[in-house]
Amino acid sequence: MTNSLPPFLPFFAAALLVPLVRGHARTALLLGVPLLGGLHVWEIPEGAFWSVSVLGYELQVLHMDRLARLFGILFHLAAFIAFLFSLHVRDTGQHVASLLYAGSALGAVFAGDFLTLFIFWELLAVSSVFLIWARRSAHSFGTGFRYLVIQVLSGVLLLAGTLIHFQTTGSLALMTLRLGDPGAWLIFLAFGIKAAFPFLHNWLTDGYPEATPTGTVFLSAFTTKVAIYSLARCFPGTEVLIYIGTLMTCFPIFYAVIENDLRRVLAYSMINQLGFMVCGIGLGTELALNGAVSHAFNDVIFKGLLFMSMGAVLHMTGRINGSELGGLYKTMPITTGLCIVGALSISAFPLFSGFVSKSMVMTAALEQGYEWTWIFLLFASAGVFHHAGIKIPFFAFFAHDSGIRVHDPPPNMLLAMGLAAGLCIGIGTYPWWLYGLLPMPVSYHPYDLTHVIAQAQLLFFSALAFCWLKLSGLYPPELPSVNLDAEWVYRKLGPNMAAWAQTASQTAADHITSTFTRWIHAMSGPFSHGQELFVRFAKTWPTGSMVQWAVGLLCLILLSYYLT
Amino acid sequence: MQRPGLFDNPQNVKRLLRIFFALCGVVLLCDLFYDRHTTHPWEHLWGFFALFGFVACVVLVLVAKEMRKAVMRRETYYDE
Repeated sequence: MTNSLPPFLPFFAAALLVPLVRGHARTALLLGVPLLGGLHVWEIPEGAFWSVSVLGYELQVLHMDRLARLFGILFHLAAFIAFLFSLHVRDTGQHVASLLYAGSALGAVFAGDFLTLFIFWELLAVSSVFLIWARRSAHSFGTGFRYLVIQVLSGVLLLAGTLIHFQTTGSLALMTLRLGDPGAWLIFLAFGIKAAFPFLHNWLTDGYPEATPTGTVFLSAFTTKVAIYSLARCFPGTEVLIYIGTLMTCFPIFYAVIENDLRRVLAYSMINQLGFMVCGIGLGTELALNGAVSHAFNDVIFKGLLFMSMGAVLHMTGRINGSELGGLYKTMPITTGLCIVGALSISAFPLFSGFVSKSMVMTAALEQGYEWTWIFLLFASAGVFHHAGIKIPFFAFFAHDSGIRVHDPPPNMLLAMGLAAGLCIGIGTYPWWLYGLLPMPVSYHPYDLTHVIAQAQLLFFSALAFCWLKLSGLYPPELPSVNLDAEWVYRKLGPNMAAWAQTASQTAADHITSTFTRWIHAMSGPFSHGQELFVRFAKTWPTGSMVQWAVGLLCLILLSYYLT
Repeated sequence: MQRPGLFDNPQNVKRLLRIFFALCGVVLLCDLFYDRHTTHPWEHLWGFFALFGFVACVVLVLVAKEMRKAVMRRETYYDE
């Protein structure tokens, strides 16, 4: 036994306390929990603690190693920044949901077995959906519902996979899995949904832009990073991840270029960044895995910063579409500056955080001989600068003057963004602190002259392409629209087919009934004196009861077959 | 009355663009003056990353623009 507390506990306790306190006490609670919890995570020794026996299964609630510690510190940091950003929010429900959500993410990261992981996996889904519903619009209700169904489905797959895995291996402990047996495939698919694999990604682009301005900041930090952590723990070196990751880096950037909702642009750009991590996990070498998890660390901070800056714009103007914004730099200079820091970080500019982590994955791809992967990752790197690095700040703060005159957001929002921006620059200029936390020893030097100049050329000429396309009028304008994606299958095709099937079956049923009635009349014609009796008798034959009898009989046969 | 913004003056935009073009030239010319450590043969080509970045972004934007014809719908498409 140890003095160490499972890191999720203080968050869950705070979720119970938050409705009871107001004012400074609430501020202290919301900021104190992640701060003290984060310090506590530094202190927990490596090993497994807190075994709990449930229904005869030994569950490991606190399992600490270098990988878990890195994510633990990251999640406390992210929670601190996000709570600072949302201190002005008076909606207690959102604070409770955020605390439960952050706690669940920590629970998942420190889980020592698949069943504990599953429990927190589902809690992540259930707690986070309230951050979407908290927008309190008809739209956000529908979106939240779709989000919840997909997230819970991921949990069900994880549970099914866990049970099959337990049956074949007799162990619930989190371990490296090999794709082959069905249990591992189901777990892989469950992780894949939360990691936004291609065709399973639309819950992210659908859900995140519909959440509250502060809720999206929480959402962007936890769910997908828990999935990345889980993939890194269970599937390192799984080759198919390299191809999945490469696809993830490339396809969303096309959508990001033509998307109008700037928070949805960031959601697509998030899938692009997750692609780099997934690819690194697939490569599986020390350099690649270090790259993947350090990029996850940096991504939480810089993507959080970008979502915060767009959240600040939405909070102050009530708008988020590129076609309705522009010229805000005049009255929101601090937000503009901080957003640009986030943009430079995600684009991996030298001296900013993305530069010191993304390149590890790319170097690893080349070292392992995945040349085409490297070319695609390079394409995605240029693309990410284009849509997240330039498009986001340009259309929100510059471009045409929208005439909107709002000021910088409240001080707590600015402080949170300032803190994130400071971390982006701090890690970018002095990466050794982060490198020291990585799961494997690091011998990588990001500030090599060749690398710096190559990256500078790539980014400067990507920006040059933007200038040229913009000045020549070739750049597509921001238009109020939606773009069809894989979600079309369940948002349009599915409902349309269901409606069609309903109409068709109704018509068929009507047709059969009328034919049958005509047939009976024709049949009963010769027996005219018995007709009345015949019809009266048939009235007591509801079709439903016939079906019930048939089903009942079938069940009986099945049961007798099973028992004998 | 609001003070005009920095970029309301077209001269300032021009100045900024000129500085930016000059910087592009500088990073491109850097390739002439140092010894590169490379893994892939393409990396050794003069100005490879500059050309790649430019072409990649132009292709990205033009393809995305064409994609609009296939995937773009009204904002209310899913609500109908």
